[in-house]
Amino acid sequence: MAQMQSGAAGKLSLPALLERNVSEFGDRPAYREKEFGIWQCWTWAETAKEIEALALGLINLGVNEGDFIAIIGGNRPYLYWAMVAAQSVGAIPVPLYQDANAEEMAYVLDHCGARFVIAADQEQVDKVIEVQDQLHQFEHLIYLDPRGLRKYDHRTLHEYAHVQNQGRAAYDEWIPELKARRAKLTYDSTCVMLYTSGTTGKPKGVVLSNRNIVESAKNACEFDNLKQTDEILAYLPMAWVGDFIFSIGQAYWAGFCVNCPESPETMMTDLREIGPSYYFAPPRVFETQLTNVMIRMEDAGNLKRKMFHHFMAHAKKVGPSILDGKPVGMMDRLKYALGNVLVYGPLKDTLGFGNVRVGYTAGEAIGPEIFEFYRSLGINLKQLYGQTEATVFITVQPDGEVRADTVGVPAPDVEIRIADNGEIFYRSPGTFVEYYKNPESTADTKDPEGWVATGDAGFFEENTGHLRIIDRAKDVGKMADGSMFAPKFVENKLKFYPDILEAVLFGNEKDRCVAFINIDLSAVGNWAERNNIAYASYQELAGHPKVLASIQEHVSEVNKSVAADPMLSGCQVHRFVVLHKELDADDGEMTRTRKVRRRIVEDKFADIIAALYDGSGEISTTTEVTYEDGRKGAISATLTIKDADLVSSAQHRVAAE
Amino acid sequence: MLDQSDSYVTEDGRTIGGVVMEMKNITLRFGGVVAIKDISFDIREGEIRAIIGPNGAGKSSMLNVISGFYVPQEGEVFFRGKPRPQMRPYEVAQQGIARTFQNIALFEGMSVLDNVMTGRLNHMKAGLFQQALWKGKAEKEETENRELVEKVIDFLEIQHIRKTPVGRLPYGLKKRVELARALAAEPKLLLLDEPMAGMNVEEKEDMSRFILDVNDEFGTTIALIEHDMGVVMDLSDRVVVMDYGKKIGDGTPDEVRNNQAVIDAYLGVAHD
Repeated sequence: MAQMQSGAAGKLSLPALLERNVSEFGDRPAYREKEFGIWQCWTWAETAKEIEALALGLINLGVNEGDFIAIIGGNRPYLYWAMVAAQSVGAIPVPLYQDANAEEMAYVLDHCGARFVIAADQEQVDKVIEVQDQLHQFEHLIYLDPRGLRKYDHRTLHEYAHVQNQGRAAYDEWIPELKARRAKLTYDSTCVMLYTSGTTGKPKGVVLSNRNIVESAKNACEFDNLKQTDEILAYLPMAWVGDFIFSIGQAYWAGFCVNCPESPETMMTDLREIGPSYYFAPPRVFETQLTNVMIRMEDAGNLKRKMFHHFMAHAKKVGPSILDGKPVGMMDRLKYALGNVLVYGPLKDTLGFGNVRVGYTAGEAIGPEIFEFYRSLGINLKQLYGQTEATVFITVQPDGEVRADTVGVPAPDVEIRIADNGEIFYRSPGTFVEYYKNPESTADTKDPEGWVATGDAGFFEENTGHLRIIDRAKDVGKMADGSMFAPKFVENKLKFYPDILEAVLFGNEKDRCVAFINIDLSAVGNWAERNNIAYASYQELAGHPKVLASIQEHVSEVNKSVAADPMLSGCQVHRFVVLHKELDADDGEMTRTRKVRRRIVEDKFADIIAALYDGSGEISTTTEVTYEDGRKGAISATLTIKDADLVSSAQHRVAAE
Repeated sequence: MLDQSDSYVTEDGRTIGGVVMEMKNITLRFGGVVAIKDISFDIREGEIRAIIGPNGAGKSSMLNVISGFYVPQEGEVFFRGKPRPQMRPYEVAQQGIARTFQNIALFEGMSVLDNVMTGRLNHMKAGLFQQALWKGKAEKEETENRELVEKVIDFLEIQHIRKTPVGRLPYGLKKRVELARALAAEPKLLLLDEPMAGMNVEEKEDMSRFILDVNDEFGTTIALIEHDMGVVMDLSDRVVVMDYGKKIGDGTPDEVRNNQAVIDAYLGVAHD
C-alpha cells in the first residue's frame, strides 16, 4: 500500500490514477469486451492511449473546462474511456440511463446544460435529436456505432473514432493544453455528476468530487482486499453510482480488469466465461437467477431434481456456517464436500459464480431466503447499505459477520448517527458536494457540519453493532390501530416466491393491509406450459384462476410468517389483486433502477385500491401504458380480487407456546 | 458494365444506380394455369424494390423467376444488361444473388453459427479432403469466413443465440437467422420472400430496421415480397403491384397508393 500512496499527486484524480497504473503495471489488462465472439483486451497502457486520443479530440471539438458531457449507452469500454477523457479535459461526465425515454433525457440534459453528448448508437442518437430543440446549450453529438447513421446530418454529429483520429492528428497542437488541464485537477474538482433515480419527484444531479470517489474506492478496496488480479463484469447501468464506483473508481484504484459483455442478452454466458472474482448485483438480479435455477430444476430429470433438493437442504443447514468459519461436525462437512462435487460446484459454474471471492448486493433489501440460498452454496455474498449521496458506502458487512437481516457495520471512515425519530444520518469522505443547481435540496439533506439524512429509518443492534434498516422513513407508517406499517418487510417475503415478481403493500393509516401483485412471466409461463394452460398474453395469464389460486396460497403463507413478528403482525395481507400489467419504468411506476414509486402507483391505480377496501369481488379498470418508443396506449381489464387467509396474532402466540 | 447514366440520389441520401435486373414480358405457366402474365419491370442497383399483391397474385412465382428457380415460358430476364441463360440454383448464388424463404428453410439441428456459416459455402475453396484434415487452405479459410460471419451476427444482433440449435428458436429469430445466412453470402442482390410474415409489431419493426440497415450499410440491392402494406410503403423505393398474375401498378409508394387499380385490387370491386 505504501507504494500506492507514494505519489501524493497520484491520488488527486482518476486521470492521475490512470497515469500511475500505466507506469506501475501498464501491460496488465484493464478492459475486455467481447466482440465478434472473441474477448478483445486493452492493457492499461493501451487504455491510456485511447483516452488521450479522445481527450485531444474533445479539446479539438471545443470542449471547455467545466462543460458537461452526457454519456448515454450500455457498458462498453469506449464509454468508460469517454468518462475519464472528459475528466482529463476538465469537463464533467454525466452518465445517463440508456433506457430513459427522450423526455427524461431532455430534463437531465437541459438541467446540466450539456454541450456535448456521447451516445452509443442510433437508438440513443435518435432520442437526443428528438429533444435537441429544447436544449439551448447542446452543440455536438458524438456516436460510437456508426450503423444506420450514415445518412444523418453530420454538421453537429461526429463519429467517436473520427474524434479520436482528429485528436491524434492534432497531437502536437493540443497536448500542452491537455497536460495543463490535467495538472489543474485537484482533489476537490468534480469527478462526475450522477442523477438520482428519485422515487419521488424530479431527478437530482449529485455532484461528486475526486475526493469522494477516490477515498471511497480506496477504503472499499482495502476493506475487501481487492487487487490487480481481480476481475469484474460491468453490466449494471453506467448512470448508477454503484457501477461508477466499481467499474471506474475501484478499478482505477486497485487496477483490476473490467469486462464488458457482448450484449445485454449474452450477460449470463459472458458471466460464466469470465468468472468474476468480485461481483455486484441488486437483489433483483439474484432473484431472477434463482428463479431461473428453480425453473430449470423443475424441467430436469427425476434423479437430478431429487439430488438437487437433497443437497440444497443440506447446504441450507450447514453451508452458511462453513462459510463463516463456525464449527461444523465432521459428517456434515463431508456431506457438504460431496454436495460441492455433485451440485454446488456445477451450479456455481453455471451461474458464473465459480470464482467469486466477494459478492455484494445492495440497492434494496434482499429476501433472506434468497440471500441464504447463495450463501449456502459457498458464495461469499454480503450486503452493503449505501446511496448515491454517500458515493455508495455507508455500511458494509465484514467477512464472517454476514446476516440477512442487517446491513453491517459503518464502512471505513464513515460516522453514523441515528436521530430520535429513527432516521439514519452519516458523514464520510464520500459525502457528496451538492445537488447541482438545487441549494434548497442540498440544505435539506446535508447540514453545515456535513451530516447527511438518508431518509431511511433504522437502528443499531446492541450486542453486535450492526445496523438494521426498517424501511424508507417516508414509507414506514402506522396502521389505524397504532401498530407499525412497514411495507417492504411484507413485500420482500412475497417476492421470495419465484412466481411473484413485484408486490406493493398498502395500508398506511388504514385498519387492514391490501396488496398488488405482479407475476413473473418466465416462472408462471413455464408453469403454465408444463400444466398445459394456454394463454395469449401477460394479462390473460395474470388473470387465470389457477394462477390466482396459487398466488393466494403464497399470500396466506406469507401472512403466517408475518404474524410471527409481534411488531408487524398487523401488516398481514387481507385482500390482494394480481395486476394486469407489469409495473414499468416507462410508465413512471418504477425508477430506472426498478424501485417501486409508491405514491405514483397509489394514484394511478386508486380505483383498484378502493375496490380492495370496499369488499367488491372484481374491478374493471383502464390503464394507460407507454411503449418503449414513447407512444401511448391503454389496456382495459377486469381484475378479480381475492381474499387471503389470516392468522390472528393472539392465536399464533398460543400455537407457538 | 452497368449503365449508370440515369442514376439518382434519394431524399435520404442513398445513390440508386442503373438497372441491375430487368424482366421483359415474363409469362409463367403451370400447365393450364397462368401464374404470371406478360410482366415487365426492372430492379435498380442499391434500391429496395417491393412486389406486393393480394394472395395468389403470383408474387412468390415472380421471386422464383428472379432467383432463377422457375424458368418462364415466355420473356427474358436480363442480369446486368445481358440475357440470363437457364441456370442451376448454385450458379445463381455464384452470381451474387441470395434469398430467404417464405417457409423458413434452415438446418434445424445445427447451431445458428453453423447455419450462417453455410452461407459462406460458395466462398470456400478448400476441397473435401483438406477440410476433413483441417490442412492447407481449410484452416485459414475457416478463420476468414468465421470473421465475416461474426460481423453478420453482430450486425443482426443474434450473439446471444450463436450456439443455440435453430430448432429451439422462436419464429421471429429464425427469420433473422435466415437473413443472416443470406447476408453471409455477401450478395449483390438479396431476395426476401415475406420477411415479416407471422411477426408481431415489435419483430416487424426490428426486421424493417435490419432491412434498411443492410441496404444502407452494404449497399445491397433488395427485392422483397410483403403483405403488410404499411411496412412496404415505408421501406421501399419503388413498388410493383400484381393481381391475378398481371402487373397493375409500378412506381414509388405514393404513386402506387393513389393508383385506382391498386385501390380496387386491395379494397375489392365486383368482378364481372
